[in-house]
Amino acid sequence: MTKVRVATVWFSGCAGCHMSFLDLDELLIDLAERIEIVKSPVVDTKAFPENVDVTLIEGAIGNEEHYELVREIRARSKIVIALGDCAVTGNVPAMRNGIPVKEILEGVYGKERTTNGTIPTEVVPALLDRVRPVHEVIHVDYFLHGCPPPAAVIGKALLALLDGKTPELTGRELKFG
Amino acid sequence: MNLSVRSRSCIGMGSDDIKEGGKGLVKDITIRIDDKEISAPSGSTILEVAKANGFYIPTLCHLDGLTDIGACRMCVVSVGGKIVTSCTTKITEGMEVITNSDRLAELRRLNLELIFAERNHVCSMCVSNNHCELQDLACDLGMQHVEVPYAYPRLSIDATHPKFIVDHNRCILCGRCVRVCAEVEGAHVWGIAGRGRETLVITELGIDWGDAETCTDCGKCVEVCPTGAIVEKGKAAAEMEKHPQLVTTLKERREND
Repeated sequence: MTKVRVATVWFSGCAGCHMSFLDLDELLIDLAERIEIVKSPVVDTKAFPENVDVTLIEGAIGNEEHYELVREIRARSKIVIALGDCAVTGNVPAMRNGIPVKEILEGVYGKERTTNGTIPTEVVPALLDRVRPVHEVIHVDYFLHGCPPPAAVIGKALLALLDGKTPELTGRELKFG
Repeated sequence: MNLSVRSRSCIGMGSDDIKEGGKGLVKDITIRIDDKEISAPSGSTILEVAKANGFYIPTLCHLDGLTDIGACRMCVVSVGGKIVTSCTTKITEGMEVITNSDRLAELRRLNLELIFAERNHVCSMCVSNNHCELQDLACDLGMQHVEVPYAYPRLSIDATHPKFIVDHNRCILCGRCVRVCAEVEGAHVWGIAGRGRETLVITELGIDWGDAETCTDCGKCVEVCPTGAIVEKGKAAAEMEKHPQLVTTLKERREND
């Protein structure tokens, strides 16, 4: 049986959604027989692969690298899932929105900080003017709410998709926070 | 509760209430809600009748015991094809009400998205997480995401009161604080200032809450606030539980005296 090609990516978020994914515990063993993780923070692949069936995106779109990569991901993925509140709403990373980027950088890297006023401009991607939820940049097929989404919700959605069905999440399964 | 003798205090309500509220003038009239014929006392609102007969209409600014003002627009229903707020629309003889349709669901969901987009509602770090009427409503209505762009306004937090905090980032302008303070506590501390997206709830004439001498520190505004906008100090994320039904009970007991 050909395995379903699944990718997970990590943008502006805390990795908590990935932790919740790992909280699927023994279901991971069943999943491993049906899916192949082709790209993930825990897989040593540099470029985002072609022909991905399902991509789970944790985190909001916060910098130029995210902005470029997420569009590449959309082009190479059949189904894109926004995983968790940062991806769905912007959540905590978006709390900087409304504050000019210059003001934030000076606050974090200003003279009174250990960096002695050096604001990094090389190697690290530049911050976007504002942090955006994923669906403001690309089309998102499904949304998993929660900070993080409970493992049971991630499992339910993935199993439904593997069975060729639409994930039916209702009530508290849709709770933000 | 006898709807006919329910007294209503001032804000936003006309003299119709008083005329119809007097004993002896009330008569039952018949309306139709979603193809069900219902007899109810004149002077009742659509929302009151619908709830009493087991129909679900989502609400946010409504609280039993406070005067309805139709602020949040969540309770919209269709009356003969016209969209009205059920909490402020009185029933009339032969009225035909639809409480649920694709169009109403769409309007309510869009309205809810606009409420989320207008301020900075960050459930994960809110003291009212898991105990929030706005968050609950998003679950109930199956809101998948907010399609309209978020406004991300920069708003202040007033922590000058010794016991309570008002965080405008989480305020949905339902006006429950204004109504409970005027109608139940009788202190009239809370008001609303500004227009459109500049609108804010204010204490007295816009001074710091801690300087508002008319505030009795009763905490009713905290209990009725549906989100984490008005909260007790010293609460961490998800620790703030409120009890708006206390105000409903208080109002009922006063009326029964």
